[in-house]
Amino acid sequence: MIDRRARGYPAAGTVDVVVIGAGHSGLAMSARLSGHSIDHVVLERGEIANSWRHERWDSLRLLTPNWQSRLPGYRYAGADPDGFMTMPEVIDFIEGYARAAAAPVRTGTTVVSVRSVDGGFRVVTQRGQWRCRAVVLASGAHHVPHIPACAAALPKSLRTLSSKDYRNPHDLDDRGVLIVGASATGLQLADEIHASGREVTLAVGEHIRMPRVYRGLDIQRWMDSVGILDQRYDTVDDIVRARRVPSPQLIGSPERATLDLNTLTERGVEIVGRLVGVNDGVAQFSGSLRNHCAMADLKLTRLLDTIDGWVARGRNYGAVAAPERFAATRVDEKPRLSLDLNKQRIGTVIWATGFRPDYSWLQVPPALDRKGHLLHEGGVAGVRGLYALGLPFMRRRKSSFIHGAEDDVRELGEHLSAYLFGFSQASSSRRA
Amino acid sequence: MKMTAIKVDNGVNVEALLGAREALTAAPEAAAFKWRATCSWINGTHSRSTVQKFYGLGAEQSHKTEFKYDADHPAIFASEDNGSTPVEYVLVALASCLTAGIAAVAQNRKIQLRSVKATLEAGMDLQGILGIDSDVRNGFDGIKVVFEIDADATKDDIAALVAQSQRRSAVFDIVTNPTNVSVEIR
Repeated sequence: MIDRRARGYPAAGTVDVVVIGAGHSGLAMSARLSGHSIDHVVLERGEIANSWRHERWDSLRLLTPNWQSRLPGYRYAGADPDGFMTMPEVIDFIEGYARAAAAPVRTGTTVVSVRSVDGGFRVVTQRGQWRCRAVVLASGAHHVPHIPACAAALPKSLRTLSSKDYRNPHDLDDRGVLIVGASATGLQLADEIHASGREVTLAVGEHIRMPRVYRGLDIQRWMDSVGILDQRYDTVDDIVRARRVPSPQLIGSPERATLDLNTLTERGVEIVGRLVGVNDGVAQFSGSLRNHCAMADLKLTRLLDTIDGWVARGRNYGAVAAPERFAATRVDEKPRLSLDLNKQRIGTVIWATGFRPDYSWLQVPPALDRKGHLLHEGGVAGVRGLYALGLPFMRRRKSSFIHGAEDDVRELGEHLSAYLFGFSQASSSRRA
Repeated sequence: MKMTAIKVDNGVNVEALLGAREALTAAPEAAAFKWRATCSWINGTHSRSTVQKFYGLGAEQSHKTEFKYDADHPAIFASEDNGSTPVEYVLVALASCLTAGIAAVAQNRKIQLRSVKATLEAGMDLQGILGIDSDVRNGFDGIKVVFEIDADATKDDIAALVAQSQRRSAVFDIVTNPTNVSVEIR
């Protein structure tokens, strides 16, 4: 069959493996492939660590402490293991890793399509096409902002932007801001924009509440020690639901501050329910805010109970502070159910509603479900030779974290080697 | 670890519900249901609604009998009080949906219920429906639900049960979120 989309793209080469994306996970896979002398190339639409360079706001720091920033054979070596990297520091870190691993990265190379061909795949890019036996999708899960359908009904006079496009409050006009979504992104933007003197309304749906520090230690230290981050995808009751759990409300700051809804309420941000509709310029919010907050408080208590139980069983660090419980999330007696966007002088709506993957270029139909999501078992796609990396809770709860790449790359690398090795055995025996 | 099997029975067939969830994941078109009611005016503010047929699992379905509901208004509204008011039916719907959800979630979480009682109260300013003050909405200004639950579970487990029941409740969703309503004349 003639692949029309491949026509006109010159052949760029033939390799065993094409890795798509030169972020931390693609580079970690590249390092492993190089270590096993497997011929491969890493295709990157922009630059190394592209999303960290171009799709993050100015003040953002990693949500994980520096000691947790580690990749296979490479780790943070600075003087502040408990600090949080700024974006330039993250870019330096990942670039340093790419250099150390001597990764064969082709930057400025956007993948146009991936198709199955006899014995493997054809990867078409704007700079020619590659033939390969295996493809590793390492471009993350955050391709396009997930924007609710009611966005279409917003008044045209409003500016809307996603958290990928937001940089700092000076970008915004001086009118009020409606921020939709209350994970780490929504809370951080609400705090920063409110501090800049603008009125901020924050629409809150399901969320995960977490203190930055518990019993004197970073919450990531606890989740790491207790084994929560290592929990495997095949040991949870409902992995589909677990993969949809929003990211925790955390901020990385030199003060190691906790940022939760109570903090924002005290500072003057107005907390409202999930945005559920826009009608005649009036935004409508769900009456479910109280339940969403109650659920997050209960989940937080369960997490702290788990940590306390672990400490009580004697597997602690010696002296840790006493257990504590945090005040329940305060919800107004009657939270606002609607906001007249014109009358209340709202100038900007920011979507902090998460992202969804865009696999429209992955033209390997059995690989996707009816909603366009990748079908995979711990990163091994349903199509032989196709792998993923860095997706939420892909193999472990930490799979989408920087330090999550190590275990996943080791295991998927083994699977991939076995696939390639078996393949070459079969083909050479056919030849013989 | 040896566990003593304690049989939890809230009268909910969780296996059937989980089986249905699995079947409807595989065949999403069967999950499209249509709920129906008819209502006939009797006299004054008195009306009688009936419910029997509905659509689901790709076919017409029926309750085993027709259910009837009289709605009216009390004497202080100069009505004959032949039934509860329509807004009270909303409270009935919310309470029964949340209660059914609590039983189902409790069964799934292996929590034995002994008693569940919900008490509901909704505020309403009549200046809305009477057109006295256009700033007052017609409907409730809020709904308060109080559950009293006796069960083999901790306070937090019971709170999580009630929270999950709200999260999965159709009527809670209908009441807390906007719904498009089209009314036609034939």
